[in-house]
Amino acid sequence: MPAYRPWNAETASAIINELKSMPGATLPIFHALQNEFGFVHPDIIPEIADALNISRAEVHGTLTFYHDFRTELPGRRILKICRAEACQSVGCEDIVSHLEAAHRISMGTTTDDRRLTVETIYCLGNCALGPSIMLDGEVIGRADTDLIDDICHSRRNERIGAEA
Amino acid sequence: MSAVKIYVPCDSAALSVGADRVAKAIAREAEQRGIAVEIVRNGTRGMLWLEPLVEVETAGGRVAYGPVRPADVASLFDVGFLAGAEHPLGHGLTTEIPYFKQQERLTFERCGVIDPLSLDDYRAHGGLAGLEKALAVSPAEIVDTVIASGLRGRGGAGFPTGIKWKTVLGVASDQKYVTCNADEGDSGTFADRMLMEGDPFTLIEGMIIAGLAVGADTGFIYLRSEYPHAHRTLLKAIEIAEEDGLLGKSVLGSKRAFNLHVRLGAGSYVCGEETAMLESIEGKRGVVRAKPPIPAFKGLFGKPTAANNVMSLATIPWIMAHGGPAYAAFGMGRSLGTLTIQLAGNIKRGGLIEKAFGVTLREIIETYGGGTLSGRPFKAVQVGGPLGAYFPESLLDTPMDYEAMAKAKGLLGHGGMVVFDDRVDLANQARFAFQFCAEESCGKCTPCRIGATRGVEIMDTIIAGEDSSKTFQMLDDLCDLMTDASLCAMGGLTPVPVMSALTHFPDDFRKVPEPMRRAAE
Ligand SMILES: Cc1cc2nc3c(=O)[nH]c(=O)nc-3n(C[C@H](O)[C@H](O)[C@H](O)COP(=O)(O)O)c2cc1C
Ligand code: SF4
Repeated sequence: MPAYRPWNAETASAIINELKSMPGATLPIFHALQNEFGFVHPDIIPEIADALNISRAEVHGTLTFYHDFRTELPGRRILKICRAEACQSVGCEDIVSHLEAAHRISMGTTTDDRRLTVETIYCLGNCALGPSIMLDGEVIGRADTDLIDDICHSRRNERIGAEA
Repeated sequence: MSAVKIYVPCDSAALSVGADRVAKAIAREAEQRGIAVEIVRNGTRGMLWLEPLVEVETAGGRVAYGPVRPADVASLFDVGFLAGAEHPLGHGLTTEIPYFKQQERLTFERCGVIDPLSLDDYRAHGGLAGLEKALAVSPAEIVDTVIASGLRGRGGAGFPTGIKWKTVLGVASDQKYVTCNADEGDSGTFADRMLMEGDPFTLIEGMIIAGLAVGADTGFIYLRSEYPHAHRTLLKAIEIAEEDGLLGKSVLGSKRAFNLHVRLGAGSYVCGEETAMLESIEGKRGVVRAKPPIPAFKGLFGKPTAANNVMSLATIPWIMAHGGPAYAAFGMGRSLGTLTIQLAGNIKRGGLIEKAFGVTLREIIETYGGGTLSGRPFKAVQVGGPLGAYFPESLLDTPMDYEAMAKAKGLLGHGGMVVFDDRVDLANQARFAFQFCAEESCGKCTPCRIGATRGVEIMDTIIAGEDSSKTFQMLDDLCDLMTDASLCAMGGLTPVPVMSALTHFPDDFRKVPEPMRRAAE
């Protein structure tokens, strides 16, 4: 379970300072910020630009180029569903439709109660045991709609670990 | 009696189906029964449909059981699996399982066998023999050995690795780099991940040898962020290698330095293209660079760079240890050595199959794979990732070799095979190829950036049944344009899955238009 701290500019500055001397530090900084807070607050862009001596436009451009980086707080759990060819061949789109039909959750959104963020991912490297999903950083193979129901209803299931 | 050794993989494919829970259940059961066991967390053997595959070390060798669920553990103890006894989940000696026995494991000789993070285990199984040889010869001799092996890059383009290294070696520079492309973005591929999780020292050894060969003292591994487990394993392995003096100022006491860093990608497929990867390591948007200059002259941070795939680099230790000709003895024609085939998708027995080049698609799908997982008829296989061709049954006798695949208007790519049953609609897959390209395009050139979106629109028209010969002409023209005018293979090869789908599965494209079907009902 990702326990994200609330966004804090001081901690963010400390992270930037710690990493800024790495060659090509932009991505490592984004990753570190996102690990800490769950997202990268756009307000921090000028500070990163100053620290790395590059333009704000470059920082913004890089932040938005990559699918991984979020600029808004995600839900408490993050569910990524692989929708690449190998998972298509074993029915990942049924899982996506089920999420929409049974749980009214569409891909790329966070539930109103902020419990769950659902994202598309292309390939988790678990292509012989699909459909594959990733829940809070853990890959789960042979996913099915029952498993999705348990995740959405925060029900106990040994495959998805404990739920708060 | 000393503790019985039990192997439970910690590979993320095995973990994805419960390997951790099985390891815990075994530990608990052993404790309750007062039996001493030593649980080793190995990599996977690559027989993924059997995961979690538990192995017990016996006097006769390692005996396999799988797929094991926590609920099976008590019954395994009951029958005496610690002595290798029979059980409904038993498969006998692991190395005698036909799927495994019929392979030629060179790059993966240790994966699944050893504890991935034990350098002692690594050494005991032949590790570092290649590096020791490399340290004893000149850079040019290393390059010659790699050229003699015939090794071609396993990342997709198939460029001879030795020739690439020779170029980098020949450039004078105060600083050079070795970069390892571990972006493994192709759906249906997982060989890089499996190796990094199951035998990371092989990659580290290969990168050090690459550094010695081209004159680079620094390496970067660009790892996709979708592989958090491989990330943790690599970081630990690098730390161990540093403590042991394998990495650092003086590699194995040779006074030659090699330092290794890991950088994470961020969910961008195009960052697997080598120049986009270099941009990304430099901290920029993953936009493809125009070539020339090639990375061998002007690569990472503008310095000469040897950029190679994980598989290419991880094969180097074997080649150095056994010699170029020994490696070239495997394979056919201009495709020498072994290919690590990854059998995935709708398949009964998916996994990693390392075989000499030349094995046919049919042998892999039918003999190894055992047909579709669903039990429904086979319809198509996509070979070589999202930019690879869809092949029908009638082309399954095509051998897996670079030239034969090209002749069949496909490509080998990174060796992935995704199998589909008869429920797949190839017009939808063609649409997806364009959609994926549109989502992942770096945006640098128009044929790809705009073309991919046009392609989605054209496919929507065709799928809606409003097809006319004009639409197909447009599709054809668009594919020609993307093939000829795209800057890199992202836009340039997207027509491959599209045109193969259209050529081999025309019925999926020429559906009866919606209104006519309604009228007929
Ligand atoms: C869109 C695109 C994606 C690619 N993805 C990868 C990848 O994930 N891993 C990889 O090693 N090569 C990838 N390549 C190929 C690289 O550009 C390059 O050829 C390769 O890494 C060189 O290493 P090799 O000679 O050892 O194969 C990709 C190429 C393109 C055009
Ligand atoms: S083909 Fe696509 S990915 Fe490649 S350079 Fe052009 S826009 Fe970028």
